[in-house]
Amino acid sequence: MKKLLSVIILISLALSLAACHGRSRLSTFEVPHGLGDGEYEITFWAKNDTNRVQSEIYKKAKEDFEALYPNIKVTIRFYTNYGDIYNDVITNIATKTTPNVCITYPDHIATYMAGENVVAPLDDLIDDEKYGLGGSELRFDCPTKDEVVPEYLAEGILSGATYAIPFMRSTEACYINKTFVEALGYELPDVLTWDFVFEVSRAAAKKNGDGVYALNGQKVMKPFIYKSTDNMMIQYLRQADLPYSDDAGNVFLFGEDTKGFLLDVASNVSADAFSTFKISSYPANFLNAGQCVFAVDSTAGATWMGPDAPLVDIAEEKLVDFECVVRPVPQVDPENPQMISQGPSVCVFNKDDPREVLASWIFAEFLLTNEVQCAYSKTEGYVPVTTKARESVEYKDYLSRAGEDGDEHYAIKLAATKLLLDNTDKTFTTPVFNGSASLRDAAGQLIEEVTKSVLRHKTVDGGFIDKLYEDVSSLYRLKSSVSGPLPAAAWALIGGVALVWVALGAAILREKISKSRSKS
Amino acid sequence: MKKMIVLLLALVMVVSLAACGATEGKDTESAKDTESAVESTPDTAENGVKVMSYDEFMAAAVNDEVVIDSFVQAKQSWWDNKASVYLVDTEGAYFVYNMACSEEDYEKLETGTEIRVTGYKAEWAGEIEIAEGATFEIVDGGMAFTAAPADVTDLVGTDGLISMQNRLVEFKGLTVEAYDESGAAFAYKNAEEKTDDLYFKAKVGDTTVNFCVEFYLTGADTEVYKAVEALNVGDIIDVEGFPYWYEGANPHVTGVTVVE
Repeated sequence: MKKLLSVIILISLALSLAACHGRSRLSTFEVPHGLGDGEYEITFWAKNDTNRVQSEIYKKAKEDFEALYPNIKVTIRFYTNYGDIYNDVITNIATKTTPNVCITYPDHIATYMAGENVVAPLDDLIDDEKYGLGGSELRFDCPTKDEVVPEYLAEGILSGATYAIPFMRSTEACYINKTFVEALGYELPDVLTWDFVFEVSRAAAKKNGDGVYALNGQKVMKPFIYKSTDNMMIQYLRQADLPYSDDAGNVFLFGEDTKGFLLDVASNVSADAFSTFKISSYPANFLNAGQCVFAVDSTAGATWMGPDAPLVDIAEEKLVDFECVVRPVPQVDPENPQMISQGPSVCVFNKDDPREVLASWIFAEFLLTNEVQCAYSKTEGYVPVTTKARESVEYKDYLSRAGEDGDEHYAIKLAATKLLLDNTDKTFTTPVFNGSASLRDAAGQLIEEVTKSVLRHKTVDGGFIDKLYEDVSSLYRLKSSVSGPLPAAAWALIGGVALVWVALGAAILREKISKSRSKS
Repeated sequence: MKKMIVLLLALVMVVSLAACGATEGKDTESAKDTESAVESTPDTAENGVKVMSYDEFMAAAVNDEVVIDSFVQAKQSWWDNKASVYLVDTEGAYFVYNMACSEEDYEKLETGTEIRVTGYKAEWAGEIEIAEGATFEIVDGGMAFTAAPADVTDLVGTDGLISMQNRLVEFKGLTVEAYDESGAAFAYKNAEEKTDDLYFKAKVGDTTVNFCVEFYLTGADTEVYKAVEALNVGDIIDVEGFPYWYEGANPHVTGVTVVE
């Protein structure tokens, strides 16, 4: 009997060890009483849009912060895209070498959270009287919780707790060659509909007998070009009140309603009216060369849009003059416009020393000060995430000077910024769960594949889309990892563990019975 | 036991030598020799599409299915089972963007390796390429071929330069210009970390060419990256690279020599 018990205990131990293999657990984070007398070295992984001004703002924030907190040294590592930060964080979780603070998307945090206690929950920190938002012990003028735009703060809530605070927000905008729209005989509405955009785009795709487009007299015309097709799909589904996913991680993307939209897209590609960034190139380049009517891109890309854009990637001789205007992305119901809320957030990673986490949190809060918020938001069509910054004299002055110059006050950038400020209550985000980043990729992939396939003269019909659903859901493992049944291996493991426990219980019971029998 | 080990070692050595012998046997061929080698391979891909000559590839429309036999000249990147490579044949050159490729297969792609690529022709910001998702196979018994760089200095500023797109070329006697208003001779895409592309401009006659040290092709530890970091405005340089296109010529540089 003892032998049996030993074997069972050994198996249990082995299973437990196997489960722990590769993990070095961190304790649940609890807010410490203070920083103490310690010296802290924290790392901040930042993202800039290949924009030196943004890097300088981060550097100044670090210097200003270190002047206030000489015992906290901040080392910044700069990235030029979110994907690299995401990959590096994942690589560093296993070795417990994550940064202390990093710029990220909530979708990415959901993946980081697959590791236990990897990301620090922020609710207790946010509410902490001394070190929370607007806390009494902070050495800078920090916004209070109420001064952070509530919609943006809510975006950092994952599984019922806050794991991110917003840093900057943007949305998508449609940058339009109004001159072309009017030349085609249309009047530009304040709010675009998908039907309007596709109708005008089809008209813009008409060619003369010599193969040259009638509208621009050029051989190239991409009437409607979309930068982020994942956003295109997500926004359309939301506007049409069609399901995409839910908080529990159930995926509804691959449905009949989505199919209808994809077939619409296919029909417009076939009419030469629609293309994407991945297939053609940057929307701004076509817009500025007079080869596009509707260019959809982030408001954080506004400095590239328009004939007088301060940032340009095409040769000067290719630039054409036109009236450029900014509108919200195309809508299903113009009376009830809805648009994506996007932009960088900040998360804080858990560490062995809770005081190090507190030091990291204080730095994260520093990024919400008016100085940082106003300075960074001016670099692109971003908006500050605090009402405190939005209502500051400095920011109001900035907004009031639209068009005064072609750089800081570039009219198109300010128009894009105002678009978001005026529509904050009409923005939305999608549910975040482990796998939501893949689902987003899949949403874009559907549009890209349909577009590509039409261009490659393949038949795109219901059958094609059914097969596409199968391929894309398999590629992104959406059925198995998000909403599908557990794989056989997982069931086998669960079964094995259950079996061991049952055997263990039976053995103990048997021993007790035999003991009580021998006593009696 | 010792005898057994000796026997095993001897066997391993014989196998290794045989493997080395096979590699050494792949002599670099001249372009002329290669042409006949290409002709001797089956001229139809598995999907029934005829293997195209460079002229046929160029005559194909964007989004047409294409099949080419060509020789690896440089590997730009591998990530997530996707590889981007520069290829050349006797008539012209190709850039294949993110073709399906395992890491193991990527290792097999050496400079000169002959491969057959099946995919779709694409154009992205002026760059003619084979689009993401192409497949490839190493040509059985294929020859190895490495093209010598072609001097295209005289083609700068003319329509002729685009005909050399993606081929290994050299530009001679260019004058380095200030990259931007800061007056620096080059610019980093990520100045703080130096983990991204480097850019510089150089002039031939009245024409300025925008060059790019593509980080995935030639990273910070390569000679060319360091050579560009050492450039000064006014330096006279020879440049070697692949004329990639991004809204105009934007060669991906593989070598820079300061001559004056």
